[in-house]
Amino acid sequence: MHDSEDVCLVFEGAAGQGIQTVTGMLLPVMKDNGFHVFSCTEYMSRIRGGSNTTEVRITTRPRAAYRSGIDLLFAMSRNALDRLEGRIRPGTLVFADRENLGANWHGNFIDIPLKRLSSEAGGGIFADTVIASAALGLLGVDSGQFSAFLKKRFTGKGPEVVSGNNRAAELGYAFIAGLSPGISIELPPPMASGGGKRLLMDGTSALGIGAVLAGCNFISSYPMSPGTGLLTFLSSRADDFGVVADQAEDEIAAINAGLGAAYAGARAVVTTSGGGFDLMQEGVSLCGMIETPIVIHIGQRPGPATGLPTRTEQGDLRLALNAGHGDFARAIFAPGSTAEIIEAMQRAFNLADRFQIPVFMLTDQYLLDAVCTIEASAVQNMPLEISIIETPVDYRRFEFTDDGLSPRGVPGHGSGIVRVDSDEHDEHGLITESFEMRRKMVEKRLTRMQALREVALPPAQIGSVEDADTLLICWGSNRGVVEEALDILGSDRIAGLHFTQVYPLNPASFPLLDNRRIVVIENNATGQFADLLSHETGIPVDRRILKSTGEPFSVEDVMDALMEETHE
Amino acid sequence: MSWMHSWRKRMNNSQNTFAMPPGSDIAWCPGCGNHMLLKAVKGALQELGIDRNKLVMVSGIGQAAKTPQYLDVNMFNGLHGRALPAAFGIRMANRDLTVVVESGDGDMYGEGGNHLLHAIRRNFDVTVIVHDNMVYGLTKGQASPTSQRCMKTPVQPRGVLLEPFNPLAFAISLDAPFVARAWTGDVEQAKQLIMEAIRFRGFSIVDVFQPCVVFNKLNTWKWFREHTCAVPEDHDPSDRQAAFRLALKEDKFPLGIFYRNERKRLYEDLAGNERGPLYARPAPGAEAVRRMIDSYR
Repeated sequence: MHDSEDVCLVFEGAAGQGIQTVTGMLLPVMKDNGFHVFSCTEYMSRIRGGSNTTEVRITTRPRAAYRSGIDLLFAMSRNALDRLEGRIRPGTLVFADRENLGANWHGNFIDIPLKRLSSEAGGGIFADTVIASAALGLLGVDSGQFSAFLKKRFTGKGPEVVSGNNRAAELGYAFIAGLSPGISIELPPPMASGGGKRLLMDGTSALGIGAVLAGCNFISSYPMSPGTGLLTFLSSRADDFGVVADQAEDEIAAINAGLGAAYAGARAVVTTSGGGFDLMQEGVSLCGMIETPIVIHIGQRPGPATGLPTRTEQGDLRLALNAGHGDFARAIFAPGSTAEIIEAMQRAFNLADRFQIPVFMLTDQYLLDAVCTIEASAVQNMPLEISIIETPVDYRRFEFTDDGLSPRGVPGHGSGIVRVDSDEHDEHGLITESFEMRRKMVEKRLTRMQALREVALPPAQIGSVEDADTLLICWGSNRGVVEEALDILGSDRIAGLHFTQVYPLNPASFPLLDNRRIVVIENNATGQFADLLSHETGIPVDRRILKSTGEPFSVEDVMDALMEETHE
Repeated sequence: MSWMHSWRKRMNNSQNTFAMPPGSDIAWCPGCGNHMLLKAVKGALQELGIDRNKLVMVSGIGQAAKTPQYLDVNMFNGLHGRALPAAFGIRMANRDLTVVVESGDGDMYGEGGNHLLHAIRRNFDVTVIVHDNMVYGLTKGQASPTSQRCMKTPVQPRGVLLEPFNPLAFAISLDAPFVARAWTGDVEQAKQLIMEAIRFRGFSIVDVFQPCVVFNKLNTWKWFREHTCAVPEDHDPSDRQAAFRLALKEDKFPLGIFYRNERKRLYEDLAGNERGPLYARPAPGAEAVRRMIDSYR
């Protein structure tokens, strides 16, 4: 039996079979019925074939985590069960086309003659609508509502497309109506409130919206999954928001162009994944030397090298932390939810501008591709911090100041000359080999770390941290799964902390960790954040919960790990 | 012409002398071609009457890349080989700026080769001056991409085995719309060619032969004098095939304008989206933001 307030549907199919189209219909309809929806995707690195899945969770309270256990599975590719067997439980309803599955057919499956139904509707392209309507029928969503949705969605494509889809929907609904009454998925009645006001948003869009709200007006990047989405987002909205968007010849060019633009006054961002970022490291070092703000988005995927191109991992923290030779300041954000991405992106731009440093945004494939409902009020528009001055005639770009931050001028704005130099330089930005000047410049570039620490975001508390004797600590995309697991567990003894800013850490939050059992959970093989946390706080980490298979943690994974904690 | 008038007017501004910044300590060897090239660049900037506040000189790393240090100008002295990506970013962030790249044969043709290829394809408005001395000076005498075959160096004890890179043929093959060669033995011609290149709207490259008196014992002042000639008077720079043939000449290397394509579209014009310098652009419009967010309802 499933929990009627938390239904997990999985749609499986080969690449090109259109499972994204199915969820593209299902999610907005369920949202409009007032439910919270969450969807995450895993796919193979190929354009056609293979076996990909999209999970859709329909819940009465906000949930943003991957669940392993499936309530309802539509298996469309022949070898679907090879990868999904472990996620099928007693009570899972498995729908598949018996004709397609052949020898892989199992007696407990429900035969949905997809091929026949879609050809009745007008052809294979309508299979997605048959599946979506069957799922909606099982969930008890009124067929009239879906028909209205289809009309709205496809009107622009002509009456034939609308009528074909409506036929497919009728066939899907009729198929479900013909099943024995025991086959159904219980959901509470639609919740009228809330749905219309909520937004349905993926992580990549959140990143793009955050960049736009942050006043970003320059992006130069080289495509690499899963980081490409931000380049696409800003390129397609370049005219709306006055963004200069450029596809660079390589990642080295991308970051050097970004720094050139920022030197001339742009709010610049680059996006990539770990492998592409490897190439950008010289630019990070240059950024440190010329004190020119830039935001660097790394959509993490499993490495080393090409790794698993379409999968997820949190394996690039150590890389972002240490990228670029020499000593200089930086900051790293790792937001944990769609809404948080929007806010963190704005913080990243403001911080880069105020401190004239590289600021990293670490996300991952799972977080970027996940779609969920968020309240419209969660889209926070933060004030822009832009500190460009009109230069006086005697302007010195690297003028010594108490906090190490020199007023930032740009060429062509004012009467001063603006020089930046990757060589060690004096206050004017001219090359120097004076040891004394070198000492002062090193100090200048590092002095800002103090202020950076003081303004660092403290971790978010999950549950009642005050009373807990064990802290489950996470960062980045694991926020949703930790929140849900702790909520289900409901133990006063275990609470959670989520770090949206992972570097530097704010010392004011260190006392939170005193005298507790510290458990760090992260999606990598060694515990990169656990190392950083220990190093920064001096507090040892008692246990590391790690996963580096290329999949995100499931709620079940975290529950299992927490059960061990409660039994100790 | 109006631009001529405004440049002359700006020339009267006493700041635009491009004099060496006070306290400069020139890092070049006595007798180095860089001194002559600095003179040519400075003369070109003065004669064009460029407003120094609207000029940015971009360079990578190497002895040539130090040139902007010795002119009182806005300067982005970035990383080895990366002058062109930075120049592109600067130009796109503020299209009021004149952008001039100073680079050497190692910086531009070695480390920066891929960027050169794609900068030519982009055709944004930039002038690239390459100090081509056919050797690595700053790292003490290894072969450069333009080193002649058989030149012996500490790293190439059997002589350079690779064919030299032909920057002019390369640029013309990619339809770089302004391609010229100068040499430091003729400062006046170098100055004139640099002026032409800066005036040209689009990607312009001037490869400048210059001796390295310390590390290149093969390509000396005398060698360059003997191995160069003028571009023939009857050469039509708009004829790309003739320009390419001229670029392949190796017995004597021609000096002058090889190729000039006035019809090539500028990247900035194709990209559109011109709303003034990025530093002055306002926050995103509330209405456009609302529309963007509503599309997720």
